[in-house]
Amino acid sequence: MSEHRKSWKPYAGKNDPCPPLKEKTYETPPNLYLGVQEPGLEQYKPADALKKGTLWPALFGPYESPFAPSTRANKKED
Amino acid sequence: MFVYEKKLLYPVKVSSCNPKLAKYLIEQYGGADGELAAALRYMNQRYTIPDKVIGLLTDIAMEEFSHLEMIATMVFKLTKDATPDQIRDAGLEPHYVNHGSALYYENAGGIPFNASYIAGKGDPIADLYEDIAAEEKARATYQYIIDLSDDPDLNDGLKFLREREIVHGQRFREAVEMLKENYSERKVF
Repeated sequence: MSEHRKSWKPYAGKNDPCPPLKEKTYETPPNLYLGVQEPGLEQYKPADALKKGTLWPALFGPYESPFAPSTRANKKED
Repeated sequence: MFVYEKKLLYPVKVSSCNPKLAKYLIEQYGGADGELAAALRYMNQRYTIPDKVIGLLTDIAMEEFSHLEMIATMVFKLTKDATPDQIRDAGLEPHYVNHGSALYYENAGGIPFNASYIAGKGDPIADLYEDIAAEEKARATYQYIIDLSDDPDLNDGLKFLREREIVHGQRFREAVEMLKENYSERKVF
């Protein structure tokens, strides 16, 4: 799981009508941790920065759906 | 004064005609945490905010307008040439009856844009905390749309816009620190 994604295991009742999601997630983007940005941080190359949406690796918090097969935050095992 | 540059902030590509996705995306066009609300919120608050952060609000307001333009382009491409059958399948009949194929400032539930989505409290800390919350809410909305979307090209643009919300949230947090005049580490050059 991405460092920008946190999770918890909510209570699931025996008679919950929807199949319970055993683990739920939420996003904690890097702006929560950076504080006032210091000068001289590492930068992306301009073309990469334009694509990513930020010049600063320290501020890049990519997102993939936790429901997408590739991310598999909610695996259906056991 | 505005100077208009006739290109999008980030290229908008859409893989397929998909009015259903447009129905979701309209939330970012005319919804409470959408780009129109964001632009108007910052462009209005800037008049009464302390002068050292006026520039930040102006800059971000301008960028939000460029995001609004991207969202409009996405919605337009997703619905352009859609047939009445496709409109019906997407649940967009009420919009079509009212607006035809025109875009409109409304949320995903069809509620028209409302100025009460925007706060202008005149208290610098209250306003900036509102702005931080607005950015995080817009980020969450982008995540929910990405979760629902199966269009990789569209998602590419949405992921860019979501990252910009993160950067704006960072800058508003820094603006609060500037107004607190309490840098943990004050650098002098």
